[in-house]
Amino acid sequence: MEQHSDQFYALSEDALEKTEQVKRRDMLGLFMPLLRDAAMDELGEFEALRQHNKRIRQHTLDNLDYYLARFELEATNNGNQVHFADTGAELNSIVLDICQQHSARLVAKGKSMVTEETGLNDYLQRGGLDVVETDLGEYIIQLAGETPSHIVGPALHKSQSDIRDLFFDKHPLGERELEDIPALVSEARQMLRETFLKADVGIIGSNALIAETGYSMLVTNEGNGDLCANLPSILIVCTTLDRILPRGEDAAAVQRLLVRSATGQPQTCYTSFYSGPRREGDTDGPLETHFVLLDNKRSDILASDYKEMLQCIRCGACLNHCPIFTSVGGHSYGAVYTGPMGSVLTPLLSSLEEAEALPNACTSCGRCAEVCPSDIPLPDLLRDLRHEQSQQKITPRSWRGGLRLHAFLAARPTLYRFFVDLGVGVMARLGKKKGVFKRLPLASGWTQVRDFPAPQGDTFMKQYKARSRGDE
Amino acid sequence: MNHSTAPQVSLFVTCLADLMRPSVAFATIRLLEHAGCEVSVPVEQTCCGQPGYNSGEYESTIPVAKRTIELFEHAEYVVAPSGSCAGMIVHHYPKLLTGEWRERALALAEKTWELTSFLTDVVKLDTPPAHPTQLPPLTYHDSCAGLRELGIKEQPRQLLKSLCGVDVTEMQQSDVCCGFGGTFCAKMPDISAKMADDKLRNASATNAAILTGGDLGCLLNIAGRARREGLDIEVRHVAEILSGDLYGPAIGEREG
Ligand code: SF4
Repeated sequence: MEQHSDQFYALSEDALEKTEQVKRRDMLGLFMPLLRDAAMDELGEFEALRQHNKRIRQHTLDNLDYYLARFELEATNNGNQVHFADTGAELNSIVLDICQQHSARLVAKGKSMVTEETGLNDYLQRGGLDVVETDLGEYIIQLAGETPSHIVGPALHKSQSDIRDLFFDKHPLGERELEDIPALVSEARQMLRETFLKADVGIIGSNALIAETGYSMLVTNEGNGDLCANLPSILIVCTTLDRILPRGEDAAAVQRLLVRSATGQPQTCYTSFYSGPRREGDTDGPLETHFVLLDNKRSDILASDYKEMLQCIRCGACLNHCPIFTSVGGHSYGAVYTGPMGSVLTPLLSSLEEAEALPNACTSCGRCAEVCPSDIPLPDLLRDLRHEQSQQKITPRSWRGGLRLHAFLAARPTLYRFFVDLGVGVMARLGKKKGVFKRLPLASGWTQVRDFPAPQGDTFMKQYKARSRGDE
Repeated sequence: MNHSTAPQVSLFVTCLADLMRPSVAFATIRLLEHAGCEVSVPVEQTCCGQPGYNSGEYESTIPVAKRTIELFEHAEYVVAPSGSCAGMIVHHYPKLLTGEWRERALALAEKTWELTSFLTDVVKLDTPPAHPTQLPPLTYHDSCAGLRELGIKEQPRQLLKSLCGVDVTEMQQSDVCCGFGGTFCAKMPDISAKMADDKLRNASATNAAILTGGDLGCLLNIAGRARREGLDIEVRHVAEILSGDLYGPAIGEREG
């Protein structure tokens, strides 16, 4: 996917002007947290499970070489072919090669953020293949020529009538109504069914790779992953190498947290484990299966202070709870990964300059970390990124200067007192009549959208000292 | 040597109360004294260093943190009328510092409290101050740092009930950020305004006459936006309300 993270400010302003979309996002921001909270209350062991999950992921990441080797061994023994890709481009070319070796023409894809990251669809299409996304949300945005706006609900930005118009426009079918959601779903299903049956290659992502068995786990609500995995004769699982976990139980723990955090469901409709190609006696399944494990800077992240970000299970809870994400929507982030998790990941995958705005699109409110089932300290990581931006002089000079001057004075009480007593005294007198300032030269960011309350009078310290002197 | 058995409280005024709204600090002193504490105010204090720290200016925040530690570490208790300043001392100073300074930061963290949690959890204040006032319906904004870093949720509500006899009229999403976020409000004003509008919409929907909370930063943001949009909800710090100080202008309001 093309990056537009450098345009966060402009994109978010546009997003705030689209009132219909704002309303829909407000509803999302209201209901998703309610659903998630209810599911967690019912689970009743969120904290314990989250700590368990965190320990496992940390352990695996600390011993990634071991678990990768084990996974490769087991998966190969099961008849899979395992490939490693350092970069997105490498993953794309490995996948295209496999498709070409089998003279494939049509690829059915299950939802995979990793292949969004590498821009696989475009690459395969340029290579002469037809690629059809089969997750309903992904299918919709593919038809619309758009990118996902949410890691779990890629088409959440579209209304029912947007989707209806889109289907009328893009589907070569005759008269029909499409008045309700079931009608829309059934039309999409009808179209997708043909893809499943005709596809030569199926491509899916993975929520977990299990080292002990060489299996991969995929969690879906639509079952499209299973159809992509079982109907075409070739299956390619594309994922990043940090998805690996030691045992099946660990994947089950992830699944329990993932589903509830993502949609508030106690369970998704499908949780599937894929072992490898069809064995003797099996009645169905792919004839040949591949794993393509992408690094794309994960090794760098693993070696950095941002290692904890690799614990992410892509549940999207941090997005749904982030008031900035729900205000401006995923497309404003200009990247595959959005919201708090994206604001950490995107700069690490692209650069601190290009994604300058993202770590700053945060009030440190902490709601993301509160709900994160992987216990990732997202606000701390975002602050650390701001620290690096400042050190590398990416932060505008006026900001750095202003904040350092403030800190300089704050560490020097006499000087500080002199300035604040002076400034506050003047402002209090000027602002007394109205109670607020409509405009302030040094606080234009503030007064652009709000009034600046006038100080009540002299500073507390000045009044307090005067009173204490009076007491004596 | 002090032989009094009264809790000795050092007041961390907070820079915003010092500069913008001294009545919050005076109300805090009254409440603490009403709860039987002896309050002192180290006059050399400035700011906890949050604006720079949250913007990633770690190096320049370190001297600020060290000064605050030196000024307050000999206190029995340190109390601040702000969850975010107390949270800064409790959680972030130890992260920022290393070695011996980290130890000192941790020791200070142990005895640092946000006002409402100090009143309920430490001194267990439950008698109303001298002048009980009949309060109009009010709604409470849970400021992020207080809520998530210090677990402040029930404390102010309980105090409003026991000291002022009023039940908080709860708004939807009372625990969602108001868009202040220190420098965030100036860096991304449009998004911040949207968040403040959401807060104001939720607050207005309760028909409460007063919006209150424990952090002046949020309250200045909310009040500033309310004034710009011409909304007439009063915004006041919870310390003012608890101490019965309801007579002066609310935040951002003119006198008279
Ligand atoms: S960072 Fe946490 S909350 Fe966000 S998507 Fe990842 S696991 Fe979920």
